[in-house]
Amino acid sequence: MSGFPVLTLLTVLPLIGAAIALMSGKHARGVAILTTGACVVLALFVWTQLPANGSIGLVEVHKWAPSLGIEYHLGVDGLGALMLVLSAIVTLMSVDAAHRVHHQPGLYFGLVLVLESGLFGSFTALNFFHWFLFWELSLIPAFFLIKLWGGTKRGPAATQFFVYTMAGSVALLVAFLAVFVATRSMDFQHLTLLASTGELEQMVTSHLGPVTMWLAVGVLAGFAVKVPMFPFHTWLPAAYAEAPSPVTMLLTGAMSKMGVYGLLRIAVPLFGHQIAQMRTPLLVLAVATVVMGAWAAAAQKDLKRVFAYSSVNHLGYCLLGIFALAVPYSLGDAGQLASQAAALNGVILQMFNHGVTAAALFWFVALLQQRTGGHRGIDDFGGLRKPAPVFAGLMGIALFSSLGLPGLNGFVGEFLIFRGAFSLAWVASTVSILGLLVTAAVILTVIQKVFSGSVPEHCKGFPDLHTGERMALAPVIGLMLLIGLLPQLIVDSVNPTVQNLLAHWRF
Amino acid sequence: MNYSDLFRITLPEAILEIAALLVLIVDLGLLRKAAVKVRLAVAVFLGACGCAAALIPVEMQGASWLTFGKGIDSTLLGTGGFIAVAQTGILVLTILTLLLLFDSGFTKHIGEFVAVVLMAAAGGLLVASAQDLLVIFIGLELLSLGLYILTAFAKNSGKSAEAAMKYYLFGGMSAAFLLFGFSYFYGLTGTTNLALIQYRITLTGPSPLFYVAWILVVAGLGFKIAVVPFHLWAPDTYEGAPAPAAAFIASVSKVASFALLITLAMNWWLQPGGDLAADGHSMEQILRAYYQAWPQLATVLLIAAAGSMLLGNLAALAQSSVRRLLAYSAIAHAGYILLGLAAHPTFTGVGNAVDFNLANLFATQRTIQSVLFYVLTYGLTTVGAFGVVSVVERATGSDKFDSFLGLHKRNPVLAAVLLVLFLSLAGIPPLVGFWAKFNLFAAVLSERAGAVPFALVCLAIAMSAVSLYYYLQVLKRAYVMPAVDESRIKVHPVVMLVLVGIAAAVVLLGVFPTVLGGWIARF
Amino acid sequence: MLAWTIYLSFAGALIEALLPKGKAMHARCLALAVSVAGLAIAVSGFIYGMGRGRVVLIDVPWVPTMGIHYLLAADGISRVLVLLTGLAAVAGVLFSWNIEFRTNEFFAFFLALIGGVYGVFLSFDLFLLFVFYEIAIVPKYFLIAIWGSTRREYAAMKLALYSFVGSAMVLIGLLAAYAASGSHSTGLVALGHANLPVSSQMWLFPLVFVGFGILAGMWPFHTWAPTGHVAAPTAASMLLAGVVMKLGAYGCLRVAIGLFPHGLDPWGFSFIGVGSWRDVFAVLAVVGIVYGALVALAQTDFKFVIGYSSVSHMGFVLLGLVTLNQIGVTGAVLQMFSHGIIAGLLFAIVGRIVYDRTHTRQLAELETMHLSKRLPFAAWAFVVAGIASMGLPGFSGFVAEFQVLVGAWIAKPWWTLAAGVGIVVGVAYTWRATQKAFFSDKLPTPEEHPKTGWPSFAAITWPEATGVALLAGVSLFVGLYPRILLDAIEPAVAALLAGGGR
Repeated sequence: MSGFPVLTLLTVLPLIGAAIALMSGKHARGVAILTTGACVVLALFVWTQLPANGSIGLVEVHKWAPSLGIEYHLGVDGLGALMLVLSAIVTLMSVDAAHRVHHQPGLYFGLVLVLESGLFGSFTALNFFHWFLFWELSLIPAFFLIKLWGGTKRGPAATQFFVYTMAGSVALLVAFLAVFVATRSMDFQHLTLLASTGELEQMVTSHLGPVTMWLAVGVLAGFAVKVPMFPFHTWLPAAYAEAPSPVTMLLTGAMSKMGVYGLLRIAVPLFGHQIAQMRTPLLVLAVATVVMGAWAAAAQKDLKRVFAYSSVNHLGYCLLGIFALAVPYSLGDAGQLASQAAALNGVILQMFNHGVTAAALFWFVALLQQRTGGHRGIDDFGGLRKPAPVFAGLMGIALFSSLGLPGLNGFVGEFLIFRGAFSLAWVASTVSILGLLVTAAVILTVIQKVFSGSVPEHCKGFPDLHTGERMALAPVIGLMLLIGLLPQLIVDSVNPTVQNLLAHWRF
Repeated sequence: MNYSDLFRITLPEAILEIAALLVLIVDLGLLRKAAVKVRLAVAVFLGACGCAAALIPVEMQGASWLTFGKGIDSTLLGTGGFIAVAQTGILVLTILTLLLLFDSGFTKHIGEFVAVVLMAAAGGLLVASAQDLLVIFIGLELLSLGLYILTAFAKNSGKSAEAAMKYYLFGGMSAAFLLFGFSYFYGLTGTTNLALIQYRITLTGPSPLFYVAWILVVAGLGFKIAVVPFHLWAPDTYEGAPAPAAAFIASVSKVASFALLITLAMNWWLQPGGDLAADGHSMEQILRAYYQAWPQLATVLLIAAAGSMLLGNLAALAQSSVRRLLAYSAIAHAGYILLGLAAHPTFTGVGNAVDFNLANLFATQRTIQSVLFYVLTYGLTTVGAFGVVSVVERATGSDKFDSFLGLHKRNPVLAAVLLVLFLSLAGIPPLVGFWAKFNLFAAVLSERAGAVPFALVCLAIAMSAVSLYYYLQVLKRAYVMPAVDESRIKVHPVVMLVLVGIAAAVVLLGVFPTVLGGWIARF
Repeated sequence: MLAWTIYLSFAGALIEALLPKGKAMHARCLALAVSVAGLAIAVSGFIYGMGRGRVVLIDVPWVPTMGIHYLLAADGISRVLVLLTGLAAVAGVLFSWNIEFRTNEFFAFFLALIGGVYGVFLSFDLFLLFVFYEIAIVPKYFLIAIWGSTRREYAAMKLALYSFVGSAMVLIGLLAAYAASGSHSTGLVALGHANLPVSSQMWLFPLVFVGFGILAGMWPFHTWAPTGHVAAPTAASMLLAGVVMKLGAYGCLRVAIGLFPHGLDPWGFSFIGVGSWRDVFAVLAVVGIVYGALVALAQTDFKFVIGYSSVSHMGFVLLGLVTLNQIGVTGAVLQMFSHGIIAGLLFAIVGRIVYDRTHTRQLAELETMHLSKRLPFAAWAFVVAGIASMGLPGFSGFVAEFQVLVGAWIAKPWWTLAAGVGIVVGVAYTWRATQKAFFSDKLPTPEEHPKTGWPSFAAITWPEATGVALLAGVSLFVGLYPRILLDAIEPAVAALLAGGGR
């Protein structure tokens, strides 16, 4: 299909904006808001252009370096388009929240926009070279955003972030080199096709020996760091806590989804059989992520760390859903297919919903910090319901969404995941319920400690949200309610993609 | 004997002698009262003209022989062929050496110096063309005695006297060895004619006594070319002798001596045939026998070559005086040249006689040509090097490394000449020194297959690499290190012209080696 | 046409030497003009050569009796490397703009070196190649000895002697090959067709490979490289690491592999897993990659980090060469180009932009200088250069290293894993150096403490900015559009490996 190259435009637009922002100095934020706003519009446009049957649409193909199997191949299906919309929205939120960047704002917003471009690029790429390029491209701005504008312990936090992610990337790269050696192809669609007939494994074995399992491990390791999955998660709390809150919004809202997206686009389609063979240990790790994330969140005193670990917990549900559905196809078990579809739908929804919710939560934390002169401990606040009812109300909605209250968007994804996972892996699902319970406890504790009780000294005179902030936050909260009440707005477009994906995956 | 032949063949030597006498007459007689500068100019001019005049008969004569009877057993002198190449080299180098006199002030006895130089050069010409033992000896003595005198010429310098004494004693002793060896040759064969000696020895097969004689001869000649272990005079002599004398020793006497060695090694080809067959042996049989005997003789030369390459380069590393450095480097270069000479083709194939003749004819000439090329260009480079050294010595008073400090500031052209000459000696392309080495090694490997020649070539190349270090030490002083004294160094225009000309020749001959190579091959 | 790069450079060197002293600007402008002209010729030659195979530029008998010809020709590999030389030359001149001491002599030696390098890449006669190779040695010595810094005389002599020893080994190989092939010709094509006996090739190959490998920084003969790079003035380091080390690698490819391919065959026996010269040199290459990276990680002097990183990156080139498959060797040639550009950029930043202003290269001291604020151009330029050096996609290094790793996978998988370790360590030392020099944690952020008025450094001059833009831009361009070089390299590599028409 050779229509207007929308996806290229979407990827390039933030880069142009970044170049302008770098030179704009004080007005960089304005430039960034304009650019991200345009990207949101464009992403929504892409969302509307999806083919109805769930296959890849808006394809752009050009030869790049044929002897190396490198092609300029872009395309989106429901999953990819949803991620584009999410990234655009989260970036807009992040830019909106960052209205007190005094030090080198041009550089700050330039880096944020480059990061957004990296996100768009990796969600639309269908060739490994292109995808890896943008995967790495997003790493550098993130590193510098933490390093230059972060909190007191930003150095080690940025270092850990960098080292872990790079190590994961190298594992990915080496594994993909092996795949290239065996198949001479770097195209995700082509490789998925090869994997679905079992040819991929044959080619790998004949060229390199019985190393397919190792390659699968390598690829999984690369993504496990990014999601993150226990025990590769140790970089996350420090990075999230030390990064300035608007950057944390980006990290948790969009960047973590790159990991899950990678699992769905690359790891599972290519190495489904291997994943199915490793299913039990993987499920254990997923459950550990869920439970550990929740327990750790309960133990934190710093609000940012609470929400950081809570993110780990929420993404653990995605992992649970993915690994749960990795069961070989058994003829005549229609229920299995339905469960798999439910789980996968849930995973994708959870990606979107968690992204929006978590970003909103960190936005509120940012507001808390600004209004109280830098405090963000869980015990530093109290009784904010009285001086700032609107604030409390909106933040409360976001918190309840994170908890998974029905009627809000957080519920839908988790519900679908459990619905699918229960019939496919009931032990794991049961244990994960613990996570749900503990999360609930954590959220309620936060609500209680922040909004009720006596008001400490530094919070007296806590101003409520002013109009600008209300106008910025209201759509986000509104979105949470909308998706929570009318999830079919998303599911209707995502489900065909889910069916399409499942049809091509071989366990 | 035909006296017109005698006159014709010895014309070059005669011209030189006449020129020498003329110089003496003019200098001591007519110009008695004139200033040193004038006497110098006149003497050098006359000397140079004499050499140039001597060049004419050398070039014009083709291959010919001076005999006093019939047959090969009576040849005394030869001309043409490689002899002419060597003689041309000697004459040109003499001219250059004389021109270097302009800047040196070590003596007022200009006429005597020039005369002795010319007479020594005549001795050199004689050595190069000799075909008989006695004539060899006469020529060598003429050359050597002249060199002893030249070495001692700086009357105010104790070093000069000491150097001359060492040179004389050493030289006398090796002349004795030489004569002793020659006497054995005579005793074994009953003749003093080189060709006949070789013929008779190869017919009967070399006896142990012959080997002893050969070693003695090599000792005597090895002294002249300064190879290990007969090199001990070289550092002191190079250091003590006045610069033009040292230049003369380093260039002319080497050319002459190597020409003699070539004669000894391959006398055959220039002989008129015919008489040999009368003895009932064919040319091929004799040649075959000779080529089978030669490798054993060459072993002595190879050992001397290897030793020179090693000792010359390694000892040069430790020097702090440029003259001594040049001396040790001369030993090393003599080693390389001797390697080329010793790697004479062996006759391993017992095949077609016709093939043998044609193939090895060219092959033999190839190694000989490369040896000649090397010796001539080395001589040229050395004369230039000593010229630079003498200029620097005059300006700073010593030839230690440190007197070259900051040369690029004090006289950039001189420093550039030094750069070119030393890099050529180190064997850096595209200068002629590199081509000479490459040519020599290629000829050796092409003609002599086997582990020993190959190992020696490897040694030679490795030692060349070592040599870069000590040449760079001097160049480092000239270009890199800061100067102590930044005053300008003045050079006499003629000397500067000569030095620049030599440097230009080194560059041009290196870039267009066929010019010289082709000229050598024509003979 | 391409041959004019050589002639112009030497002519420029000669004129520079004759320029009157004291007029530095004349010297600089002339050098810039000559190097830009050389680059223009290189680019036009590259474009002209697209789609053509080997193009003979000039073939004149030089010493007919020995079969030596003055033969200049260019195939895809030559054209790419000539392009690299042109870029490095222009960048080198730009980054030497501030030299005031004996300026004209500096540029004379510089242009002479460039001319020699052009000559090597364009020679198709082995003797001529050797001549140009040796010509390049002397200017290197003087550039480092006169204008260098730390221990310059020692470093210059070490470099000159190592190079000379390497070339001596090559000379022996050249003479032996010439003699063994019947002494008819020294042309590369002719010698390639000579089919020397396998037993000869078995010892000629390692001799010549090591001889060239010394200049390519092959472990364990690499020790001249870090010392030499650190001691050399910026432009000389850029040329040394960027171009001169590639001479060695080019010789390994064109001469050793091209003329003695059977030297890489299995020996028939195997000793601790090593069964051919190919295995031996692969091991040495991998050791070089990992050793260079590990040592770079431990350095306290900024320039030493870059110096050792050069050893590590050249290990990739050598590894790619011994894979002997199309993709590996193509990757090696591309890595030659890529590393040439990137190393030039790294040395330019460390040497010219940072050292000339801060007068220290010690990372511990640089840490306290808050360079990300006072020299932001240097900081961000180094980030870009560091990203390129790490081999992150988007820059030329990624495609090159990717190809080498694939080639190594095809040949022997464990080579790839070991090299992969090298990449990881490469990330580590690059990041460590960036962090320590520019983005140290030791200083407070401006939010925590307001600006205290640190004295500012000299502003970035236009030559520096242009040079950085040129090099970074080329690396980025090739990284995003590698086809432009691959289309030239691949056919040439295929021809060389196939053995015909070398």
